[in-house]
Amino acid sequence: MKNNNLLQSPFYQSLMRNMALTVIIVSITPMILVIILLLNQFQTSYQEKMEAHLKELVLKHKQNIDSFLKERLFNIRHFSKIFDIDQLSNEQFLNERLAILQSEYGPVFVDMGIVNDEGKQIAYAGPFKLGKADYHEADWFKKAIMQPFFISDVFLGLRGLPHFILSVKKSYKGHEWIVRATIDFMAFNDLVENISIGKTGYAFILNRSGEYQTNPRTDSLPSRKILDELLLEGGAHPEKVQISRKEDSSGKTSIYVTSFLKNGDWLLIYQQDIADAYSIVRRAFRIALLIFMLGSLGILIMAYLLSRRTVSRIAKANMEKEMMNQQVIESGKLASIGELAAGIAHEINNPVAIMVEEAGWIKDLLEEEEFRKSENMGEFQRALSQIGNQGKRCKEITHKLLSFARKTDSRTQEVNMNQLILEIIGLTEQRAKYSRIVFKNNLQSDLPSVRASNTEIQQILLNMINNAIDAMEKNGGTITISTQKSEDMVLTEITDTGPGIPMAYLGRIFDPFFTTKPVGKGTGLGLSICYGIVNKLGGKIQVKSIVGLGTTFLVMLPTFEKRIETVIKNINPA
Amino acid sequence: MTLCNVLLVDDETAFVETMTKRLMKRNLTISTAYNGDEALQQLENSKNIEVVILDVKMPGMDGIETLKEIKKRFPLVEVIMLTGHATVESAIEGMKWGAHDYLMKPCEIDVLMTKVDQAAAKKRRHEDRIAEARIKEITSRRA
Repeated sequence: MKNNNLLQSPFYQSLMRNMALTVIIVSITPMILVIILLLNQFQTSYQEKMEAHLKELVLKHKQNIDSFLKERLFNIRHFSKIFDIDQLSNEQFLNERLAILQSEYGPVFVDMGIVNDEGKQIAYAGPFKLGKADYHEADWFKKAIMQPFFISDVFLGLRGLPHFILSVKKSYKGHEWIVRATIDFMAFNDLVENISIGKTGYAFILNRSGEYQTNPRTDSLPSRKILDELLLEGGAHPEKVQISRKEDSSGKTSIYVTSFLKNGDWLLIYQQDIADAYSIVRRAFRIALLIFMLGSLGILIMAYLLSRRTVSRIAKANMEKEMMNQQVIESGKLASIGELAAGIAHEINNPVAIMVEEAGWIKDLLEEEEFRKSENMGEFQRALSQIGNQGKRCKEITHKLLSFARKTDSRTQEVNMNQLILEIIGLTEQRAKYSRIVFKNNLQSDLPSVRASNTEIQQILLNMINNAIDAMEKNGGTITISTQKSEDMVLTEITDTGPGIPMAYLGRIFDPFFTTKPVGKGTGLGLSICYGIVNKLGGKIQVKSIVGLGTTFLVMLPTFEKRIETVIKNINPA
Repeated sequence: MTLCNVLLVDDETAFVETMTKRLMKRNLTISTAYNGDEALQQLENSKNIEVVILDVKMPGMDGIETLKEIKKRFPLVEVIMLTGHATVESAIEGMKWGAHDYLMKPCEIDVLMTKVDQAAAKKRRHEDRIAEARIKEITSRRA
């Protein structure tokens, strides 16, 4: 396609690039801005909302756990208040109390015991055989004996199961007694384990020294360092719920929400993988990215196609303009050449006329008696008739030029192809003769006329014949021009016996600026102008060529009547 | 006795001179003019000019204008137009305006002679008929 070739030129390339870039920038920039703005807003508000939610959650659980512990402690304090140690030392009585508590609160209370100030358990109710256990070495006992009531950390103790102890100190008969109850670890654990969000969000409790007070999930435990940091940070404001992000050794960032419980003894920690916490944001990111990529792809394709189509239209319009300009220039050139030729022809005509007259006068004088006997009389006569003949030849040449010039107007009229062909042959014959090229013609005598302008037909014929002469300049040959009527068309065939046109060029010879002549010799416009003219006249132009044998151009023009018909039809479409 | 009385009008002096010699050799009486005005002057001066050979393309008053003027003022004088090819149309136009014939330059002297003879004959015929008519008129008046 010739348009493609045109589009390869740097000018159209850069035009296309600029257009595409403009379209891309103008379309993609707002899209990027909107996406970034929306995502940012979404992320910020989602983060705020999520953090608030987590804080609320942790706070609520902190309160839950605190109140759980407080209430259980109250249960024990209640017992220690209303019953004296004697009553409580009665194991059966103690068992009854435990049964009441268990029936009220479920298996939260595992067992109960009374411990004297030496750490000896004097009474016990529960599933373990801890009757006379000695607690005076136990950590919890040391602390419990110092305070009116006490909640221990989780420990294994004598029974070998994780549990913690609620204890109330009671003075009775001059001795300190401790009423203690064991809270089932599993029951307590459930309170904390209920906080579970997403795939990685879970909660656990640490004591001040960083020991787990609940059963943390075994996977992805935070490192010691992080726990220490959390304890330290939380310690600064024990009454507040704090939120922070930390990166562990494997590079995974997690969000931590912490709050102190049990008057700052324990730290409730909620941990969630940041990727999990923000999975919705991430999904939004991914969707946005997908939309962006698809949108960008669409824009790119559209920009390419749009700019390509626009530029190809511009290129085509430019080319047509160029061709039209060339055509105008060419016909203008031809017209001015015509005028010039007419002027010259006319000016030469007069001197030639005078010369011929002078020769005639000499001839007249030679008729007189005195010269008759001259020995060179025969030569004189011959020379004079030669002058006369050459004068006639000059006359013919100037007449041809004049007739050519008279026809260089672009008015559309009835044109007789045969007559024009003969004229053009007359004009080009001399040039052809130098290249040993012979013209032959085979013109149909009763050829209908075509409707065209003389100039344009002259241009077509001249171009074709000149091309043929150029092709055969070196080796000579024959140019055969034949005309013939075929239905509504007048066919003109111009055949040369030149080297022919290679297959590869055949498709391009009508392209503008395509030439095989050396630079400066041909414009590459001749045939393209012919093509344009023939097209305009509603005709067709065809070329056949065999390398080594020659080339035939076939010009088909509608006859005068046919052309008039189509013109009328175009004006008043039925 | 000359064959006829001819006025040769052309701006090319050399052409006029040679042509004059050749035509005089063929027994014509030639007077010459080098432009339209001069031609009209000549016609004014000598009433016996029968045929005018007139070049179409002349500076100043051109052939056609001169022709119109001649035909207006001396309707009986016959005119032969002489032309280069480019002005055949104007020669044809000239014939519409009453020129007897036209010839293309350079022309055969014999052809020119024939045309001049024809023109002169035509003029004389005209004159004869006019004379006849006059005579008729006079005789009829008498009667």
